Amino acid sequence: MLDGTNMDTAASLKRASVRFGSLTALQDVSLDIESGAFYTILGPSGCGKSTLLRLVSDLIPASSGEVSVLGKTTEQARLAREFAFVFQDATLLPWRSALKNVELPLEIGRSRGIQLPVGTRTPRELLELVGLKGRENALPHELSGGMRQRVAIARALVCQPKLLLMDEPFGALDEMTRDRLNLQLLDIWRETGTTILFVTHSISEAVFLGQKVVMLQAHPGRLRDVVEIKLPDPRTIKMRDTPEFNQYCGYLRDLLETC
Amino acid sequence: MAVIENIEMQDVEAQELAEARKRKMMAVAVPLGTALGLIALWQIGVKAFGVPTYIAPAPSDVAVTFVEKFPILLENFWPTLFESVAGFFVGNLAAILIAVAFVHSRHVERAFFPIAVFVNTIPILAIAPILVLIFGPGITAKVVIAALICFFPTLVNMVRGLQAVSPQALELARILSASKSEVFWKMRLPSSLPFLFSALKIAATTSVIGAIVGEWVGADLGLGALIIDATFNFNSPLLYATVFMSSGLSVIMFATVATVERAVIRW
Ligand SMILES: Nc1ncnc2c1ncn2[C@@H]1O[C@H](COP(=O)(O)OP(=O)(O)OP(=O)(O)O)[C@@H](O)[C@H]1O
Ligand SMILES: [Mg+2]
Repeated sequence: MLDGTNMDTAASLKRASVRFGSLTALQDVSLDIESGAFYTILGPSGCGKSTLLRLVSDLIPASSGEVSVLGKTTEQARLAREFAFVFQDATLLPWRSALKNVELPLEIGRSRGIQLPVGTRTPRELLELVGLKGRENALPHELSGGMRQRVAIARALVCQPKLLLMDEPFGALDEMTRDRLNLQLLDIWRETGTTILFVTHSISEAVFLGQKVVMLQAHPGRLRDVVEIKLPDPRTIKMRDTPEFNQYCGYLRDLLETC
Repeated sequence: MAVIENIEMQDVEAQELAEARKRKMMAVAVPLGTALGLIALWQIGVKAFGVPTYIAPAPSDVAVTFVEKFPILLENFWPTLFESVAGFFVGNLAAILIAVAFVHSRHVERAFFPIAVFVNTIPILAIAPILVLIFGPGITAKVVIAALICFFPTLVNMVRGLQAVSPQALELARILSASKSEVFWKMRLPSSLPFLFSALKIAATTSVIGAIVGEWVGADLGLGALIIDATFNFNSPLLYATVFMSSGLSVIMFATVATVERAVIRW
């Protein structure tokens, strides 16, 4: 156990920095991710949002500082499948059906004793959860972009991650599809109780989804602020027309301009 | 109203279907017609100018020979088919295994790739006699030549295919803590298949060329031997018939690989 972390913290960064050669992508980021909460991450392009997720998911090491996930090192957490990652493009294996893609994490690592949390939901049920019942046998190229992304979300959920990392998962989708998937994601979040770290470029998406908005600033990438969004749960599309919602958006827009 | 709409819909559909069928027929009819026209032109030309048969036989002569000499053609067809198929399997299997080794280890690639390139630069016609000297006049030399001619394109394509996994898929594998062999079997190998098959389609026809070249250098049987024999005896109709037989063999090989490809690669 790393010191100073309690079980209510899904992930914790302590003065974590990431350097690529002479470029400092993240500098001295200290952040505690509260367990079960929905965090959205905003910041100008190139400020290190993806780097932050890649750091937490053990894809890149910290150059200095400490990162822990559920009280474990990121590597231990990865081996225990504590977190899952959803990329901007779905990254499905094109030769596998939707169902087979969702089953992929279950096929990997079994022989080497990687602990798989016993999922209560089968891959089939997960596809149903994301609204793809009946399309189990479709190949990725037979699905729309939004459907593919939903398959990717089902795949991420199959090992019951306690932490779900999402890097602009809906960035390439049209607004209507994005709205629908946002609502679906909120349902999934409430139902599974997982912690979500969600990177986005869209201020309104960040406010709509997040309980907390993490604002990063660029050159070098640093933590600017964590803004709590005190909108009532569950969130509805209508809420976006309320003055409170727009106040948050306005505030974040101003903040973003100074980043 | 509904009924009328329905009928109209059916009409439109039927029209579209008919048009699609027409397009498909045209796609076959145009090249076929052109080919038949050229053959007719050839027949007329040869007859009109009185070209001697040993220089250029009329298509009708070739057709007659093809039917009359069919038993001989077939007798020479089987060994060439066997050599081509055996060479196809040996050459491609070797290429696939070496490609796997290359992707597995940079050192192996650095050590052997230049050699593979060098072997590939030797013209097959130049290396064929050497192989016949080494392996004797039997079937082995032809199989080796056919294998050699398949080898390089498959090697290059397979290496590319095994490396064609997207960086993001590799990150997914890392997050799932996949082992090297899991990445190979679940990602690299399947994603290499389209690359492999485009190489195999090339190999399907070049392996026939390899077998025939091998038979030129030294053989009593096989389409290559028959080509040499017919040429030296100025038996042009037989030569042409053998050439048709050879390209028929290539077409069969190609069609087989293409059929397997369609069955395997559905994405
Ligand atoms: N593997 C790498 N090697 C070198 N530099 C990198 C690497 N990954 C990211 N960087 C740099 O680190 C900085 C932060 O990149 P990052 O991808 O985290 O930004 P981002 O906030 O996700 O941007 P965007 O909003 O455009 O996705 C950028 O300047 C980028 O060029
Ligand atoms: Mg990014």
